[in-house]
Amino acid sequence: MSRLLLVAFNASEVAQLAGFAQQLSLPFDALVFGQGADLDTGAEKLLVSNVTELPAADGLAKSIGNSCSGYSHVAAVSSMLSKDVMARVAALLGAAMVTDAIGMESPTIFKRPMVAGAVIATVEVLASPVVLTVRPSGFTKPERRGESAVEQVSLTGEGRTRRVSERARGSARPDLTQAKVVVSGGRPLKDAETFEKVIGGLADTLGGAVGATRAAVDSGIAPNELQVGQTGKIVAPNLYIAAGISGSTQHMAGIKDSKVIVAVNKDPDAPIFEAADLGLVADLYDALPELQAKLRA
Amino acid sequence: MKILVPIKRVVDPYAKVRPTPDGKAVDSFGAKFEINPFDEIAVEEAVRQREKNPGIEIVVLSIGGAECEEQLRKALAMGADRALLIESSSVWDSPSVAAELAEQVRAESPDLVLMGKQATDDDCNQAGQMLAALLDWPQATFASKLELSSSSAKVARETDTGEETLEFDLPGVVTTDLRLNEPRYIALPGIIKARSKPLERRAPLTSPAPKTRILRVEPPPARAPGRKVGSVDELVAAIRETGVLA
Ligand SMILES: Cc1cc2nc3c(=O)[nH]c(=O)nc-3n(C[C@H](O)[C@H](O)[C@H](O)COP(=O)(O)OP(=O)(O)OC[C@H]3O[C@@H](n4cnc5c(N)ncnc54)[C@H](O)[C@@H]3O)c2cc1C
Ligand SMILES: Nc1ncnc2c1ncn2[C@@H]1O[C@H](COP(=O)(O)O)[C@@H](O)[C@H]1O
Repeated sequence: MSRLLLVAFNASEVAQLAGFAQQLSLPFDALVFGQGADLDTGAEKLLVSNVTELPAADGLAKSIGNSCSGYSHVAAVSSMLSKDVMARVAALLGAAMVTDAIGMESPTIFKRPMVAGAVIATVEVLASPVVLTVRPSGFTKPERRGESAVEQVSLTGEGRTRRVSERARGSARPDLTQAKVVVSGGRPLKDAETFEKVIGGLADTLGGAVGATRAAVDSGIAPNELQVGQTGKIVAPNLYIAAGISGSTQHMAGIKDSKVIVAVNKDPDAPIFEAADLGLVADLYDALPELQAKLRA
Repeated sequence: MKILVPIKRVVDPYAKVRPTPDGKAVDSFGAKFEINPFDEIAVEEAVRQREKNPGIEIVVLSIGGAECEEQLRKALAMGADRALLIESSSVWDSPSVAAELAEQVRAESPDLVLMGKQATDDDCNQAGQMLAALLDWPQATFASKLELSSSSAKVARETDTGEETLEFDLPGVVTTDLRLNEPRYIALPGIIKARSKPLERRAPLTSPAPKTRILRVEPPPARAPGRKVGSVDELVAAIRETGVLA
């Protein structure tokens, strides 16, 4: 039977996945961890779990796997959490898996980037079911399609992993993967304080999120969850401002879906200028404060 | 204690690759091949754990053609004790790799499988989690810190919002992230010196049954060429003109 189960690790992911679901054109339900999901996406049933803390991957994957019978497709938003859990679900189901789907040609043919986005592969799925992690920016905006029925569900799987501690660096800024504006900084930002002042300051002026390169994260200038790129987060804002970023393929892999890319770099030959829509050759310590002041005005 | 480190031979992550003219595969002609960077971090971590606990045995394993010997030799030079080359010219997708690794784990009985979070060529980020599921072992992916005792692992791992620490009783699977360590540099003489370490060739214990197949590869959509502006004032005007701030 052809039917899709969306797995939403928080309520907002139902709406993020709806474009993919509508394009797949199969009847679909959503398993949702948390309250307040969109009821108007065309999902027939929302299976809602009120769990307050998600268990670690071994237990969570069992719970999700137990909910997957009768589905030909199981899809979640691409994130570190979904990659951790859904690959485990795929193996429990003996399923095929497509990581980071950015397009589809049919219910068994999907597109995904490989080798840091150097190529886009068209992948045929040879087994059923198939588990996918999906980048919502690759799919059309969903339409309103009517009320979903809501059912409460409880988690059934148990694991053997203990969570000792958790440190979520909450931020007042928008979620990096969904922000309309992202300002990112690279290696030349001296320290965490400077990074926060120069990059964070401009981001706040624009109501945007803050991102960073691997080099900035590795050197402790920026926290790990801000890393944008092949092996970090994928962003798709209307405006991406890259300051002091050389433009490595690994970083560019995370920003290609941005509408307008602005680069500020003091090296006129930096590769970032090849991909930027607007480039300014300047010292970021002069240019960013001025940019912030003039954009505020 | 025994640590198994699966390593994949991948095209140099800094090489420029493109689709082959027929659009069927990735053209890596002339590029160097390396240990997948995340797997190199896994080898390094195993060696550092052994520096703290000399009782640890480190086995590295690669599934692929005879050419993978190059990467296994480098891992031996970094400090692994012995290497297994699971020789095969077939296509192995991540589910097939996980199934083969599960059989190799049953044969080798390691206490810990330490591997990369993702191969930088296919960017799948699947095999470690799949292996853990097949063995019904706990997993800690995207590790940034690893503490091993004789019977348990405590792992700090990177998450979407920060970091968390997990703990489980061995055996288990840990996958590495970039911040776990910085692999040591191995110069050529080191690799030559490690030639006396054992490298065993084995046939796979499973036959790969890929669940996905690549039909085509294409270059990514090109972006329209951009332009340089001369001043912050020009930049502000140009940004406003695009309408993205509306
Ligand atoms: C396996 C692997 C995975 C990776 N994953 C990622 C990833 O997900 N994301 C990522 O970002 N990277 C990733 N990388 C790292 C990537 O290859 C680059 O090393 C990194 O992106 C470089 O960061 P950077 O641009 O900040 O630093 P650099 O390359 O050092 O560039 C700094 C730039 O700042 C400019 N500059 C210096 N001072 C100033 C100033 N005062 N004003 C203006 N400009 C200035 C310089 O001209 C230069 O262009 C990965 C690498 C590997 C091997
Ligand atoms: N051919 C292979 N041989 C050995 N290990 C592999 C192979 N392919 C993948 N792996 C391991 O699985 C991890 C994840 O790979 P992937 O799921 O392809 O992103 C890699 O970092 C390696 O540790």
